[in-house]
Amino acid sequence: MGIRERLSGNEAVAYAIKQVNPDVMPAFPITPSTEIPQIVASYIANGEMDTEFIPVESEHSAMSATIGASAAGARALTATSSCGMALMWELLYVAASNRLPLALTLVNRALSGPININCDHSDSMGARDSGWIQVYAENNQEVYDNFIQAYRISEHKDVHLPIMICQDGFITSHALANIELLEDDKVKQFVGEYTPENFLLNSKEPMSLGPYAVSNYYMETKKAQTEAMKNAKKVILDVGKEFGEMSGRTYGFFEEYRLEDADYAVVIIGSAAGTTKDAIDQLRSQGKKVGLLKLRVFRPFPDKEIADALRNCKAIGIMDRSESFSGQAGPLTAEVTAALYRYKVDSNIVSYIYGLGGRDYRAEDALEVFSELEDVTVNGKEIEQFRYIGLRSR
Amino acid sequence: MAATDISKITEKSPWQDITEGNQIYGSGTSKAFITGEWRTNTPVFHPDKCTQCLLCTPVCPDSSIPVKDCKRQDFDYDHCKGCGICAKVCPFGAITMKEGQ
Repeated sequence: MGIRERLSGNEAVAYAIKQVNPDVMPAFPITPSTEIPQIVASYIANGEMDTEFIPVESEHSAMSATIGASAAGARALTATSSCGMALMWELLYVAASNRLPLALTLVNRALSGPININCDHSDSMGARDSGWIQVYAENNQEVYDNFIQAYRISEHKDVHLPIMICQDGFITSHALANIELLEDDKVKQFVGEYTPENFLLNSKEPMSLGPYAVSNYYMETKKAQTEAMKNAKKVILDVGKEFGEMSGRTYGFFEEYRLEDADYAVVIIGSAAGTTKDAIDQLRSQGKKVGLLKLRVFRPFPDKEIADALRNCKAIGIMDRSESFSGQAGPLTAEVTAALYRYKVDSNIVSYIYGLGGRDYRAEDALEVFSELEDVTVNGKEIEQFRYIGLRSR
Repeated sequence: MAATDISKITEKSPWQDITEGNQIYGSGTSKAFITGEWRTNTPVFHPDKCTQCLLCTPVCPDSSIPVKDCKRQDFDYDHCKGCGICAKVCPFGAITMKEGQ
């Protein structure tokens, strides 16, 4: 079952795009996501897929053209990173409020400035309130699998929201890894044909899209969007389960790694989860009850599910790979903490910032985090909240 | 999708009744959407001074000066916003503006 390969994260997502063979892909190059449209363009040139590729003049145009294609009735997508996404900003909200089921394969990279091409989550975390579904990956296999599931979630009639498939710049996007691909016919069958009920190019049933909404309509529109986002929770679980039945790899909102009986847990997003698992294995072999919650779906935010998974932990370290300059927590910490409070989970919560602009996060860093969590709980040690991991300091 | 009956989507409609993404199905719905109430100044047509030169009709941004048998009719006040361009363009003083609706 499956096809064994070794691909980088960018190659993996490009291969998934080829298998899904969407109708339209407008894109503009930016490191580290450039390879995705580049590889797709090669597939098209070689006659391996028939997606209409549009080389546009900016990311603002890339997202605008993706929106236009989707509104016209096409299955559309684009790819970007960092400042490219920042230039799409205005249109991210338009795609979501127009309820267009389109996809963005984002390769997470630090936002300028200072200019930096390496991984952190400041680009997508900044866009967390734009109304997009956000799915993150730990490794190349997950990036591939997440993209295959993307349109099934986004195009579901109870959802109709754009979806962002995120992976860590360079760490997964450029590193080769073993991967199991699905057969073309299986992907085709799983994803299915796109048959929108309403679309602009349907001359038999004309329609208008994106009208002005005065104060009397704006809030009702937002409420409908937020309900669609809530509906996405069930759809994400259903699609993840069905994907598992086909591939043997089932997906939910998050992965719990040795978490069931853990006293000390780390909550993290993306590739750093793999490093943390390594530290957990080391500590478990010493008899320490430690575990991990690796968040896959940040939007919609699975608040109750996270609270239930962490309910019995004595201390929780929440790891943010982006700054929000609130002076008290990064976005992941803020939202997880809110969920724990709302669902009455009483635990020691320690906030960390790591990996900004591609700063290494090593197993030793994770070991230190777990050691601090134990120190807080057992010895009541006062520790610095919102600490930068791996920071040089005098 | 059946054409949207915009007369049923009003400022009193619950959020569940607003179409997804405010999409409007069917064509020509702007005709039924009465926007003339936005008007704060109103053009008044004086047929006795009008020469039917029809300079006013094409400059109207809201197509609110109907023409029938090559002759302009009175204003379509359901859609006229009172911008006054027609009054400005008329060489014969056949359109004057008055304050209010």
